[in-house]
Amino acid sequence: MSNNIVSRLKRKKIQEVVAAGKRMDGRSLLEFREMTLKTNFLKKSEGSSELKLGKTHVIVGVTAKIGTPFEDTPDKGVLMCGAEYTPLAHVTWEPGPPPLGAIELARVVDRGLRSAEILDMKDYCLIEGKNVYIISVDLYVLNWDGNLIDACGAAAIAALRDAKIPTYKVTKGELKATGRSKKLKLRVEPIPITITKINEHFILDATADEEEVADGRLTITMDEKNNVTTMQKRGSIGFTLDEIKKCINIATEKAAEIRALTVASK
Amino acid sequence: MSKTKTKRKRKTSKKMVRIDGRKIDEIRSTTIETGIIPNADGSAYIEMGDNKIIAAVYGPREMHPKRLSKPHMGVLRVRYHMAPFSVSPRRSPAPSRRDKEIGMIMVDSLSPALFLERYPRSVIDVYVEIIQADGGTRCAAVNAAAVALVDAGIPMKDLVAACAAGKMKGEIVLDLGDKEDKEGEADVPLAYMPKLDQVTLLQMDGILTTDETVKAIEMAIEGSKQVYEIQREALKKKYGMAEEESEEKVEEAEEEKATEEAPEDVLEEKEEEK
Repeated sequence: MSNNIVSRLKRKKIQEVVAAGKRMDGRSLLEFREMTLKTNFLKKSEGSSELKLGKTHVIVGVTAKIGTPFEDTPDKGVLMCGAEYTPLAHVTWEPGPPPLGAIELARVVDRGLRSAEILDMKDYCLIEGKNVYIISVDLYVLNWDGNLIDACGAAAIAALRDAKIPTYKVTKGELKATGRSKKLKLRVEPIPITITKINEHFILDATADEEEVADGRLTITMDEKNNVTTMQKRGSIGFTLDEIKKCINIATEKAAEIRALTVASK
Repeated sequence: MSKTKTKRKRKTSKKMVRIDGRKIDEIRSTTIETGIIPNADGSAYIEMGDNKIIAAVYGPREMHPKRLSKPHMGVLRVRYHMAPFSVSPRRSPAPSRRDKEIGMIMVDSLSPALFLERYPRSVIDVYVEIIQADGGTRCAAVNAAAVALVDAGIPMKDLVAACAAGKMKGEIVLDLGDKEDKEGEADVPLAYMPKLDQVTLLQMDGILTTDETVKAIEMAIEGSKQVYEIQREALKKKYGMAEEESEEKVEEAEEEKATEEAPEDVLEEKEEEK
């Protein structure tokens, strides 16, 4: 799924190890790498987080500005997500227009947040049809070793949870900064879990090499009420209905675990 | 949930009338026509509700630019594109992030049905133009593209049929139209290979419980099976012998062998002929 080349020997080894119920780095099939998380470490942005998942390293910046609403939703603020594959992150990554992977990453995390209705966007309208908050969540990949969707999804939740946006007073149809700020009100905390399929085995938190060897993957985003809010299947394979059901069960369990981690390691 | 409660729920569900008067598990009226782009190696036109979509296939052919080719296998490339006038208000003709993602997702949904290992260094290009959009364009586009691939004579393991399910006013419904898609609570586009029993496209956005998710997936699979029959009819019209066809016509067939076999086999034979 990328241009990260894995030798045939290693490919075979990864498949064998997974078939034996283990991983190259000693993990079990459904075990995540160690996760470390830091929030609010940037001053200029409204919210930020830095998440490391093994060697995968991402930063999320949340920024808010005042802008005009979309024509079809004049009474709602805007929440959007972008992703950047920085050339720092891997030997095969280069500067230039966003590759497909970055587009997908941004869109899947974006759907995870927005379709879960993480914010009531009506709360972020200041003057209907004129001024609303534009809240941007920028996913920044600094080192790539697989599982970007889960890493960025969790980091985005952590960053949004701690973000503080400036408040405004509306007087005579004009905005006036109050100099104070308020926290975002998160309704839910959706967490994406990507289940990667290698032959007939499911693994979680795949490394870059495992992703290269994998046949496909299914990302399922779950909120804390165990609602599914996003699904995304990738790869040149099909999933049977039973496999999908199995993946939903895995995601239900793991999303809660990862969500707890994003709170604990603050 | 108590038994009486579920019973009552079912009753209301049957009564529920959708915007266009369909039943909850009914797909929109769908027609598919093959070979409408004479210059292409294969093509198909689909109308699924008010969706009007053309898919054209070129290839397998040499990959340009060469650096995108793979030495050990062929590459399937899908360009999903919406005409500026396909939606109101007009959209920019420049490909959006959404278009690129859908193109990528379509590759994933169609490539499991192909034998890409047979075409090293080559590309199969699928170009999809949305002439009019009415919700569920990616599913309709997959349906047209799958038929166009067959029309191009490319051997396939199975047809790929797609259909979405979703949630509308608390009810899981099949094949959401544009309005239902926008007002509904969730949308689950899905593509399915009926003979191999494999889901090759699965996306979802909205809010569904896990049970509802499974129900929506099951419903979308059933919908895809209905679409599959329509795809087959469209292909039979051009290539196959209808099951009820008179003996006279059967005798006219070039290959006697082919006629003795089941219609789907006829299709495959014809594909190989091409």
